[in-house]
Amino acid sequence: MPLTEQEKSELKARARQLRQDIVDVTVWSGGAHIGGALSSADLMVALYFKYARVRPQEPEWPDRDRIILSKGHSGVGLAAVLALKGYFPRDLLRQFNHFKSPFGMHLDGNKVKGVDASTGSLGHGLPISVGLALGARFQKQTWRVYCLLGDGECNEGAIWESAMSAAHFKLDRVTAIVDRNRLMIDGATEQVMALEPFAEKWRAFGWHVIEIDGHDFDAIGRAIEKAHATAGQPTVIVANTIKGRGVDFMENQVKWHYGSMDSALADKAKQSIARMS
Amino acid sequence: MPEVTGTTWTVYDANTMTQTEIYGRVLCELAEQEPLLIGMTGDLSKSTKIGIFEEKYPQRFINVGIAEQNLMGVAAGLAKAGMRPVVSTMSIFASMRAGEQLRTDICYQNLDVKIIATHGGVSFGHAGTTHHATEDLSITRALANLTVIVPADGIETANALRAAMKIRGPVYIRLGRGFEPTHYQSEDYGFEIGKAVPISDGTDLTIICCGIAVYHAAEAARVLKESDGLSVRVLNVHTIKPIDEDAILRAVRETRRILTVEEHNVIGGLGTAVADVIAASGKGCAFTKVGLPDCFSEIGYPEDLYAYYKLDANGIIEKVRELMGKEFEPDEDWEDEV
Ligand SMILES: Cc1ncc(C[n+]2csc(CCOP(=O)(O)OP(=O)(O)O)c2C)c(N)n1
Repeated sequence: MPLTEQEKSELKARARQLRQDIVDVTVWSGGAHIGGALSSADLMVALYFKYARVRPQEPEWPDRDRIILSKGHSGVGLAAVLALKGYFPRDLLRQFNHFKSPFGMHLDGNKVKGVDASTGSLGHGLPISVGLALGARFQKQTWRVYCLLGDGECNEGAIWESAMSAAHFKLDRVTAIVDRNRLMIDGATEQVMALEPFAEKWRAFGWHVIEIDGHDFDAIGRAIEKAHATAGQPTVIVANTIKGRGVDFMENQVKWHYGSMDSALADKAKQSIARMS
Repeated sequence: MPEVTGTTWTVYDANTMTQTEIYGRVLCELAEQEPLLIGMTGDLSKSTKIGIFEEKYPQRFINVGIAEQNLMGVAAGLAKAGMRPVVSTMSIFASMRAGEQLRTDICYQNLDVKIIATHGGVSFGHAGTTHHATEDLSITRALANLTVIVPADGIETANALRAAMKIRGPVYIRLGRGFEPTHYQSEDYGFEIGKAVPISDGTDLTIICCGIAVYHAAEAARVLKESDGLSVRVLNVHTIKPIDEDAILRAVRETRRILTVEEHNVIGGLGTAVADVIAASGKGCAFTKVGLPDCFSEIGYPEDLYAYYKLDANGIIEKVRELMGKEFEPDEDWEDEV
């Protein structure tokens, strides 16, 4: 079912809030991987507030869908969306990166409620997702696995090893979403290590591929529903996004992969987010 | 390779540049002398500071993207083709993600690849445990053919890198994130791979340390002299392998109390290497290893973590006092052996 206008405007409001929260945590933590957290914010909101079956009051609910942040450096975005969803109070995030805090840049699944895998070393999330989906199948369970990947992350061999296995095992309950923001740390993906023809690579590996605008909730919704309707094959959603999306001075700026902000800059960032349609 | 006669690095540079920036510059200097030197990374040109070399020698630089296994494999191929690759990535990825490539492609084939592993220990503590490397010394120490060096600061990094380029074969140089305090004032203190550097002389106890612990141990020794009247020897054992057995056994013999300090799990790193030497000698001494007590580190800024795991001067002082109270078997039979 397509999203209603009402749902769409709610998701947009959530996404705006999430982006504001990401800015706050970046200030509190002294620095964070903000660019990639902002590019994937709409995707995260769509999963947590619409499509994934999760229970913030029961984070270990056995039948929950699993959400694996393979691009674990977006921990700032994941922590903020989990707080927004009610897994824990937002104020806990003031401790982000601080001594003995449960929250570091890359989230620890044993310390932070709602985090299904401790990621941060790139290329680990998709293999774990394959294992989760196989485990669910063995136990005749119907929950799904969503795995958010960075595009730069797709340089890693382990991504393609697991891509091959997900198709081989016909894991139609795995939905990978690639945050295709076209930037990594040292520059543009196509300059550092070219990924194109990217969608064709996934197709050649046996995946059902959907390319969308990763900031358009209609498109995100349609893609996820198509993934749900696909049998016998895993789906990858190549979500074209803008790194730093929502903060005008960060958009498409490679240097905002990781950064810190003082309160004045944070104010500017928030004003920019408030202007988003 | 001709003798390098570049600039020398002093405390002035160390105070204006990070440890990693210094290595970037030294690499440029070495590249002038060694046309086959080639720099490599995996999307961490900026973070490791090998980007300084990349800027100067874009044609002699390879960025393989986020693909550490490929990085080490390609380095092996380059070395086999006669090049002299210097590879830089974070310690966790160099030693673990590409661990088998490091072992089988590089060390087993005894190839001339230098690995500059940054963000070692808990120097990137706030990044979280996925980015801590507190096992890498244990792993790399067990790789035959590999020389393992943990410089105390940027100046020692310059020395280590130059010395590493003078030998053919794999070398693993483990750095911090770059912002660590500086111990050395200048390069002229006689750096030699495999030779411990005395920081202070003493007869009551020896602190054997490497990396950031050198700065803190030196400070601890100064304080202990004044406050406790203790004569503490500090040895900078920058080369974990091959380790300086003579210096260790001399310390055992002359001080009979040994404290090892390292930014690493207490299993398998410097402390274990020292314990191996002592055990094989048949000599007894009071002995304590300071490091992470076989746990994954807490999250936090490195200074907080150094304090928590007793790796800073205060922590070392506390551990020295404990060790001074420990018993050991007297043994008068040294003369013929050491
Ligand atoms: C195995 C591994 N190698 C290197 C890194 C360091 N690193 C962190 S983020 C990053 C770039 C990621 O780029 P991309 O996947 O495109 O993420 P995004 O642009 O969405 O933030 C790198 C190289 C890492 N975390 N893990």
